[in-house]
This record gives sequence, structure tokens and C-alpha cells, in this order.
Amino acid sequence: MSKKVAIVLLVGLSIVMLLAIAELPIYGCANTPVQNYVAERYISGALSDTGALNMVASIVIDYRAYDTLIETTVLFTSIIAVFLVLKKGKD
Amino acid sequence: MTDFVLKRMVALLLPFVQMFGLYVIFHGHLSPGGSFSGGIVTGLGLIAFSLVFGIERSEEKITERMTTLIESFGALWYGAMGLVGILRGTSFLMNKGSGISLGVPGKLYSGGLILLITLGVGLKVASTMVTLFTSLMEEED
Amino acid sequence: MSPEIIDLLNIAFLTFLIVIAIAVSYVRDLLYAAILLGAYSVTMALIWLLMSAPDLAITEAAAGIGMTTLMIAVISRTGREEK
Repeated sequence: MSKKVAIVLLVGLSIVMLLAIAELPIYGCANTPVQNYVAERYISGALSDTGALNMVASIVIDYRAYDTLIETTVLFTSIIAVFLVLKKGKD
Repeated sequence: MTDFVLKRMVALLLPFVQMFGLYVIFHGHLSPGGSFSGGIVTGLGLIAFSLVFGIERSEEKITERMTTLIESFGALWYGAMGLVGILRGTSFLMNKGSGISLGVPGKLYSGGLILLITLGVGLKVASTMVTLFTSLMEEED
Repeated sequence: MSPEIIDLLNIAFLTFLIVIAIAVSYVRDLLYAAILLGAYSVTMALIWLLMSAPDLAITEAAAGIGMTTLMIAVISRTGREEK
């Protein structure tokens, strides 16, 4: 009984997901909402703005530096959580 | 683990693994890669050493207090690099606008603060991995 | 590479991903599951490379293959395998 319910649920979920994927823009297509002026600004100005050849690095550490700052804080928090769980009671 | 072949192979490969990790960190602004991937590769080298040669040997090389210090230092280093922008009269984490020389694109020194930040975050990620590993291994016994 | 070859490779890799993901859930030993997850990460890194994202490919290779496998291997050494 529960197996049938699970199969029905999974089929329904996969149909919903396939419908959602069908709505996505085509991969690599130029006329999508993602390719707006922000992407053009990054592609044309990344080298002169930051001087880094790797555009990913210039976006991650220059344009979006706050995100990376919080990301390192997340790593720091994970270490604190591990210490809290594993080193409880040791000096 | 006392396997002879394993020990010799790790001893042979480890310098190259560490060198590649540091290369990925240092060239994060020139070639694919960056602080996170390079830091993970560097940390994996140290983890492989302590897996094969034992935790005690790796404690001699780099103590747990040292990795914890590097870990905290990396987080603070990022903030300190952000303060450079404030000290030069612009906003937090400003790179070009704060008047730092960007260097010649393609050379190792280029991109202003990017190289310094990548170095700090890479060291931090490496020590994070080592700290996670050692605390998990210590919990075992 | 021509687009047809890239499409064929994509289909092959994505099929392999599904096969591995199903296989992981059938494996009892945690160490084998970790090794299978490593294979999953290799395939995922190749897919990132086909999508011309080498940064993600390197990160996926390092974090997925190295870190995840090591962590799960360490945990599986503590004798917490699935009964």
C-alpha cells in the first residue's frame, strides 16, 4: 500500500519537475532574462575594473566581495559547530 | 597504517600535491581555480599525510593550535583587507576605487587586493579542512 | 568539439549520474558508498567542464572527490555502517 502511494507521489513530483524544466530558458541562449546589462557590464569591464584575467575571481572577490566574506564566516561557523559537538567536555 | 608502498607513494606525491594547491591559490586571478579549490587541495595533502603516517607525525609538522590560529587569522585577514578601502577614504572592500595599483594583467601581481584576499582565504580553507579531519579522527578513539 | 559530440557526451554523463545515484542507495557498506560518491563527483566535474566552467570543475573535483570521500571514509572507519 505505502509502496503504491510512494510511486504515485514520485511520479507526480517528477511530472511537476519536468514541467518546470520545460519552462526554463534554453542552455546557452542569448535572449534570456539572465543576460541583461549586469552581465554585459561584467564582461566588458571586469579586466579594466579589477586587473584580473580570471573573470570568475574578479566577480567573486571584487564585485561580490561581501558574499565571499560571509562565505568564509560560514566556514568559520562550521568549525565552531564541530568544536561544540565533538570537543564538549575536553579542556 | 604501515604499508611500505603507501608510505613511499605518499611521500613522493605529497610535494607535488602541495605545490599544485599553492599554485591554484596563487594563480586564482589568472587561471581557473581560486581560494576554495586550492585550499582544499592543500588541506587534502596534509590530511593524506596524517592518514598514512599517523596523527602523531602530523602533529609534529603542524600542531592543532597552529591550524586553529591560521583559521581565525584567515577570517580576520579578509576583514583587514576590507579595511584598506576605508583607510584610503572609500567604502569597505573597495579595490580599484581606493587607489591600489592594479598591476599588469597577466602578471602574478595584478588585480590589487584579489591576490592577497585569495591567499588568506586559501590558507583558511586548508586549515579548516585539517581541523575538521583531526577533530573527527580524535572523536573516533 | 562539435555540438553533436558535446550533446552525446552530456547524455552519457547524465545517464551515468543517475545510475550512480541509484547505486549509492543500494550499497550497504559506507566505504563503497563513499567511493561511488567520488565517481559521481568525477562525472559532475566532467559535466562542468563540458559547460565550459573550469572553476567549478576544479572545485567539484577537489571538494567532491577528495573531501567528501575522506570525510565519509573517516566516519565509516568508526564502525557506523548501516545494519
